[in-house]
Amino acid sequence: MKVAITSSGNTLKSTLDKRFGRCSFFAIYDTLTEKVEFIPNPNKDAEEGAGPASVQLVASVPVEKIVSGEFGFKIKSLLVELKIQMIVVKDDDKIIEDIIQLLKH
Amino acid sequence: MNIAVASGKGGTGKTFFSTNLFYSLRQMGYSSLLVDCDAEAPNSFIFFPVKKLSEYVVTEYRPVLDRSNCVLCGKCAEYCNYHAIFFLPAMNKIQLLDDLCHGCAACSVACNYSAIRDSYKFIGKVTSYRTDEDGACMFEAKMTPGVSSPVPIIKSAVKMAVKQTNQQNVDYVILDSPPGIACPFIQTASHADFVVLVTEPTPFGLSDLKQTVDTLKTIGKEMGVVVNRAGLGNRDIYQYLEKESIPLLGEIPFNKEVAFLYSEGRIAVKELSSLQVIFQDIVNNIVSYGNSSN
Repeated sequence: MKVAITSSGNTLKSTLDKRFGRCSFFAIYDTLTEKVEFIPNPNKDAEEGAGPASVQLVASVPVEKIVSGEFGFKIKSLLVELKIQMIVVKDDDKIIEDIIQLLKH
Repeated sequence: MNIAVASGKGGTGKTFFSTNLFYSLRQMGYSSLLVDCDAEAPNSFIFFPVKKLSEYVVTEYRPVLDRSNCVLCGKCAEYCNYHAIFFLPAMNKIQLLDDLCHGCAACSVACNYSAIRDSYKFIGKVTSYRTDEDGACMFEAKMTPGVSSPVPIIKSAVKMAVKQTNQQNVDYVILDSPPGIACPFIQTASHADFVVLVTEPTPFGLSDLKQTVDTLKTIGKEMGVVVNRAGLGNRDIYQYLEKESIPLLGEIPFNKEVAFLYSEGRIAVKELSSLQVIFQDIVNNIVSYGNSSN
């Protein structure tokens, strides 16, 4: 199973990006291989519709879970329909490595 | 001549100025129309006894995706500049996101498979009124709650007012603009020959005035400023106007009585002779501007 984590940078030491649609990178973590791939988010500076466009991106991977600081109202119903689980982490200082450790438990 | 009444900051007195200007112009013998372009919260009509003339329904294009013809090619999603078509071929999913759709119909141009049907969504209305006194016309743009942009409704209201001026001789059309400098304001100002910026001599008033002036310069509009609640704040705004060579059309002093009359839904120039003089001067300034530029 793959999980998308919104990341402020492209390393495991990068902190979680609080915003989903306009995050800098998506860290795609594969729970089977335990490998992480960083995808730059092309919708970071989109004028409108960054949320749905980012859902389109990560759902095509495909991922089954997304970890982020928050999810906007336009995409919640989409994610529910696509059966992608939303995991909200409120601790801004968490780095990608820590979140991956949490996902392992 | 179309005059937009705008401000950057909200609550500086756009509607107060528009309604009193409308009244003053007619008192001075100029035929005029008032268009309330603040479609999110129109209220110019509280100040006049009016009779409803007609109501025009404003709709916006909405594509309907017909899955029986759709081959999931994704061309419509590619054409959409607003990410309003959610497209996920791997999961056999294509869906219109109504909140993001601007009704531009680019998707229907993109589709080669007749999978997009046209439909129209009710987004607001334009109502025309007649004042009981002398048959002058007013137009009100009003959007329906939940609609994302008032722009098409404002556009329709201005169009109807302009049509009216073609049918009868009208000297001035006053466009009471929404606050801010975003699309609803630009839609209103783009129809104006001259923009009156109503502001107040406070740091907030000045900060937002500067942004509005920059926006109007970008779209190439002539403008003048009316300082409302003069006597408050400081002199920074006057220095700014001088530096930018923007004409000061008039000053309306900070006066509790004006605020009281306004709160009662009354036209203050009708009852305060000192204010009447100020508005006459402002009208003359606007008229002489119009004459000099033509």
